[in-house]
Amino acid sequence: MQYLWRTPGSRTAPEEASPIGPPPLEIRGLTVAYHRRPVLWNVDYAAPSGGLIAVVGPNGAGKSTLIKACLGLVPIVSGTVEVFGRPIARQRRLIGYVPQRESVDWDFPVSALDVVAMGRYGKIGWFRPVTRAHKEAALHALERVGMADFAKRQIGQLSGGQQQRVFLARALAQEAQLYFMDEPFAGVDAATERAVLQVLRDLDAAGRTVICVHHDLQTVSDYFDHALLLNTRVVAQGPVGRVMTPDLLSRTYGGRPMPAPAAAEAS
Amino acid sequence: MMPDVQEFLQIDAPALLAAVLACAACALVGNFLVLRRQGMMGDAVSHAILPGIVGGFLVAGTRETLPMMLGALAAAALAGLLIEAVRRLGRLESGAAMGVVFTVMFAAGVVMIEQASAGGVDLDADCVLYGQLETILWLAPKGWASLTDPAVWAALPREVLTLAAVFALCVALVGLFYKELKITTFDPALASTLGIPAGLFHYGVVLLVAATAIAAFEAVGSILVIAMLIAPPAAARLLTDRLAAQILLSVALGVLAALAGYGAAAFGPMLLGASHSLNAAGMIAVASGLILALAVLFGPRHGLLGRRRAVGRLRNAPGFIAPEAQKP
Repeated sequence: MQYLWRTPGSRTAPEEASPIGPPPLEIRGLTVAYHRRPVLWNVDYAAPSGGLIAVVGPNGAGKSTLIKACLGLVPIVSGTVEVFGRPIARQRRLIGYVPQRESVDWDFPVSALDVVAMGRYGKIGWFRPVTRAHKEAALHALERVGMADFAKRQIGQLSGGQQQRVFLARALAQEAQLYFMDEPFAGVDAATERAVLQVLRDLDAAGRTVICVHHDLQTVSDYFDHALLLNTRVVAQGPVGRVMTPDLLSRTYGGRPMPAPAAAEAS
Repeated sequence: MMPDVQEFLQIDAPALLAAVLACAACALVGNFLVLRRQGMMGDAVSHAILPGIVGGFLVAGTRETLPMMLGALAAAALAGLLIEAVRRLGRLESGAAMGVVFTVMFAAGVVMIEQASAGGVDLDADCVLYGQLETILWLAPKGWASLTDPAVWAALPREVLTLAAVFALCVALVGLFYKELKITTFDPALASTLGIPAGLFHYGVVLLVAATAIAAFEAVGSILVIAMLIAPPAAARLLTDRLAAQILLSVALGVLAALAGYGAAAFGPMLLGASHSLNAAGMIAVASGLILALAVLFGPRHGLLGRRRAVGRLRNAPGFIAPEAQKP
């Protein structure tokens, strides 16, 4: 028995998601508020299929909230979110999620392999154990992020970068079409940064869509193809070459002076 | 020195069975409270059920388990909703919200008991806190040989049967939903995106804790319930880094605390030459505290001594360069 909200149709999509079909993600008129304070206001966005997408904006701009609203994790005041043309609740098996590393308790008594295997739970469903095949898929995902040697290690005994790679491996184990990642590059060492980037590029090459909240303006243009500039409202969206301009960035960040490298890169 | 067999089977065996089952059930569900960092929920639930128990008793007019259990479950559900409401409307952190709700509800329960006992009803606030392990009697067995007779087992005290049923329910639910409990406890957001209703599991855990607390509290009292929900899982966490092992160990430690505590309370004073025995529920809680203290000291990886030994091994390892000898 599968988890809630799966419909027979959602099983077919992986191979059949055609490039001319509905966009991977389409947001219309999305408004989200915490305690009556709007965090997102009338956001419209259609993600292009193919290419890595960065969500960029200052602290409190609603970047994480945008991802959580897309995933149905926070209540929406108004608006709709569709994934490959259907409501998110019917497309859960097409979606992968990498939350912020700080969102979980790393002291939890599980191994790296256990955490990655959680990415398979959507495929396993109710009342069934994690079989050997699923464990092998999880181990393979760990291999892809260079963490196979740490499979048995309790997750609290990994470095921050290694923990981030475990989260990434878990998303890979989900075998999704559309990935939401909340700051996968935050606070990681150089080796992990390279590993994460390599995984993102592999996913892109395999035709998956990846939407990342990204805080480092200096690397947006190097790592990503598209950007969504967000500050409660959508300020700009499009290819990085077109939107990562000093003018648009300064409008996104509320007129504060821009970090030099981003400005230099865009000019 | 040892009491005779019939006395043991009639007085000690049912009390021991009740204590062991109560401790095992509490330890089992307590794992998920401790791992969710909601240990306070054990306090909250085990106190907040009191007005429900008294209400169920007053409405039904008997000390049957069912009406009290239903009343207590209703009170637990009400407490869950109130805690959430206070947290949101008062913008308090959940520990503070629990603290407000459970004290008010417990106080309401005490007032209800006082009112009821003024009317000549037999309910006692002390029983709520300390239970009445010593009054659980099993009059059927006459000796070891009588244990082969099914009728003797059918005559087990109601408290023991209720606890056995609740323990079986806990084992069944944790077994069936192990995977889902694991993921909703570790990462509720990911669980939700996979279609696993994390919120429902949160309330499910609270209700299971409530059911366990209700079944256990009549026999062993709310103090022991709170101790057993937290101490064995916390000790087990220090002894292992694997969830399944932690759960099994916590149940084993709960049983150990029940046996050791009851033994110390019933037979300890006698060995020392005193004629009275101690409160068994209290001694079991003390035993669980001792077990936790031992785990803190001697846990292999997380214990204080274990950590010191690991540092010592590192220092003795060939080629080790002490941090104080390194240039910054």
